Amino acid sequence: MSIATSGWGPVWIVLIMAVVTLITRWGGVFIMGFVPIGERTRNFIAAMSGSVLVALLAPMALEGDGGARLALLTTALVMFAVKKPLVASTAGILVAALYRQL
Amino acid sequence: MTDRELSVISAQSTWQGFRQMLPIAGFVMIFGAAFGLAALQQGLDIATILWMSALVFAGASQFATLEFWGAEVPVFTLILTVFAINARHLLMGATLYPWLQHVPPRRRYGVMTVASDANWAMAMQAFGRAQPGFGVLFGGGLALWLAWIAGTWLGVEVGDLISDGRRWGLDMVMGCFLLALVAGGKRSPRTILIWIVSAAASLAAYEYLPENTHVVIGAIAGGVIGMVWLEKTS
Repeated sequence: MSIATSGWGPVWIVLIMAVVTLITRWGGVFIMGFVPIGERTRNFIAAMSGSVLVALLAPMALEGDGGARLALLTTALVMFAVKKPLVASTAGILVAALYRQL
Repeated sequence: MTDRELSVISAQSTWQGFRQMLPIAGFVMIFGAAFGLAALQQGLDIATILWMSALVFAGASQFATLEFWGAEVPVFTLILTVFAINARHLLMGATLYPWLQHVPPRRRYGVMTVASDANWAMAMQAFGRAQPGFGVLFGGGLALWLAWIAGTWLGVEVGDLISDGRRWGLDMVMGCFLLALVAGGKRSPRTILIWIVSAAASLAAYEYLPENTHVVIGAIAGGVIGMVWLEKTS
C-alpha cells in the first residue's frame, strides 16, 4: 500500500509519522506501568535503532557514484577522528561537491 | 531528596532548563537547516516540510523518510522505519520511569512529548546527581523543538536559492548526516558485528526482495544480533 505525494497525501504521511513517533515517546513509560522492559528487549531496541540507519545507508554506498562513496567515506573518517557530526557531514558534502566539479 | 521530590515540574525549573539547553539548541538549528534543505531538494513542498518538523520532531527519522519520497510513499515501510529509528524513545521513557511514575499522567505524557536525545541525557544526569531533572527535560525539550522548526525554516529559505543541488553535493546531506550519527556511537566488537550483519542483510534484501524492504530487514537483523549478544552492563 502506498500514499501518493500529491494532493492530501503529504498530510497523511506527516500525520502517520507524527503518531508513530508519539507512540515511541509515550510507549516506554506506558509499558513500564505494566511490565518493566527486560534486558533482552532493551538490547534489541538499542541495537535496532542503530542498525536501521546502517541498513538505510548500505545501498546508498553500493549504488552511489564516486562522489557519493567518497562523501560517505570522508564523513566516517572525520567522525572517527573528531566526533562532531556537523563537521563530519560538512566534510563529506564538500568532498562530493568537489568530486562533481572535476 | 526522595524520588517524589525530585519529580517536581515548575514554571521556574522549566525556564531554567530552556536556557540551559540554548547552546545545544544552536546546533539543532543547523541540523534543522540541513533537513529543510535536503527535503526541498527531494521535492517536498514547504508546508509539508515545516509541518513535518513541527509534528514529528525527530531528525533521523525525518531524514530517512526522504529516502522513500517519490511519487508515492510505501506506508508499511514508512511506519516500520520511523518506528525502528525512534524506538530509542521507548528506552528513554523506560529509564525515566522511576521519576515519571510520581508525576500525574497528563504531565507525565506531556513532558515525554518533547523528549529527545539531548534533553533526556541531561535529565538523566540531573537525576543521577540527585537533582530534579524534569525542568531540563521539558524546558530543554521546548528549546530543542523551537530550534528544530526555526532551523528547518532557515534551510527551506536558503534551499530556494540553489537550483542544482546535486552538483553541490546536497543530495548527500542526508546520507552524511545519518552516517555521522552511526559512526559517532559507541564502537565495540559487538556494535561492529551489528553494523556488518545489518548492512549485509540490507544489501541482500535490496538485491533479492521487493523494493524498500531492505531497511526493515537490516534493522531487525541488527536488533536480533544485539539481543543474542547482550551488551555488558557496567
